[in-house]
Amino acid sequence: MSKANLLDRRQVVSTLLANRKDVVAIGGLGASTNDICAAGDHARNFYLWGGMGGAAMIGLGLALAQPTLPVLVITGDGEMLMGMGSLATIGLQKPSNLSIVVLDNEAYGETGGQTSHTSAAADLVGVARACGIQHSESISTMAEVEAFAKAVHDVSAGPRFANVKIDSASLERILPSRDGTYIVNRIRGDLGFQPI
Amino acid sequence: MHARADAADTVPESSTLWPDDIFATLQRFDVRQVPYVPDAGHSKLIQRVLGSSTMRGIPLTTEEEGVALLAGAWTGGQRGVLLMQSSGVGNCINMLSLIPILRFPFLTLVTMRGEWGEFNPWQVPMGSTTQGVFELSGVKVLRASNAAEVPAVLEAAAAQAYNALTPTAVLLSQRLIGAKVFTK
Repeated sequence: MSKANLLDRRQVVSTLLANRKDVVAIGGLGASTNDICAAGDHARNFYLWGGMGGAAMIGLGLALAQPTLPVLVITGDGEMLMGMGSLATIGLQKPSNLSIVVLDNEAYGETGGQTSHTSAAADLVGVARACGIQHSESISTMAEVEAFAKAVHDVSAGPRFANVKIDSASLERILPSRDGTYIVNRIRGDLGFQPI
Repeated sequence: MHARADAADTVPESSTLWPDDIFATLQRFDVRQVPYVPDAGHSKLIQRVLGSSTMRGIPLTTEEEGVALLAGAWTGGQRGVLLMQSSGVGNCINMLSLIPILRFPFLTLVTMRGEWGEFNPWQVPMGSTTQGVFELSGVKVLRASNAAEVPAVLEAAAAQAYNALTPTAVLLSQRLIGAKVFTK
């Protein structure tokens, strides 16, 4: 069933990262990691090609280590569902510099478009809020995306969570680096850390 | 009620100090993030961590969260250690793939169940495969079986994990922590 007025995932992500300044962006396994690459490769992009369910926790570890740095996790509904417990862990730690955006197409797009739990029952905004992430919202307009992108830079008011309903169009794949060590060390280098 | 066999007065006092030895080693290696799923065998160490001004104890809902957390911590310049019991190791398997891929320092301290005087048969299958799971996943395994060897084992584990980026698990044997006693 197609729904009207769903947002375009690439437009959402490029808006989130348009004026990113010092943001570290973590893309969850699946199309989200391609989306952050499509918005422009960047030394502070953390591309995940595996570890499904781990994106939000990588964000938490980074946010706690660098409390003045805005950390933005951009992932999909399937990836978030697999790590749903991490919302409880984040709700307990309340890192004020962590933001999570779920690009929700209600489907496992990488594996054939099988419907996900968010298509009919699971409400991730409700889950996030019930886990103690008070700033949890459902986003359906680009104006709301723009407002969220601004809020990401306020590292004293998080954590925040947004679920963005996007259309399920399959887009051209923009493939980022698959070399995990390079990806991590590039971020560490940009943050000023020396190799071991 | 749950108790520990080593609570008996036959155990020398020094043997109950090994969690303090672990804490001291972690502090010396500048460990900052300590994700954990609680276990009775880790309770004293968790108390020390939660009372520390330099370490942050982070309760997890499931152990694989801790593997991903440590990857993020390292990316942000901090070292961590994952505390769990042997049952939790099975929960981590796919997430352990992040360690060789991202090449971050990984140290985990695992309190063992399902061995040495175990009462609960349900602990035995995972306890029996804990070491094998780690080794198949590329994590080196060290073991401490008595309080006296804890400091040296921890020192070696932390050194190879943080200095040589050798993923390392320390199994704290049930002989060390004491078999869990179930009383009505």
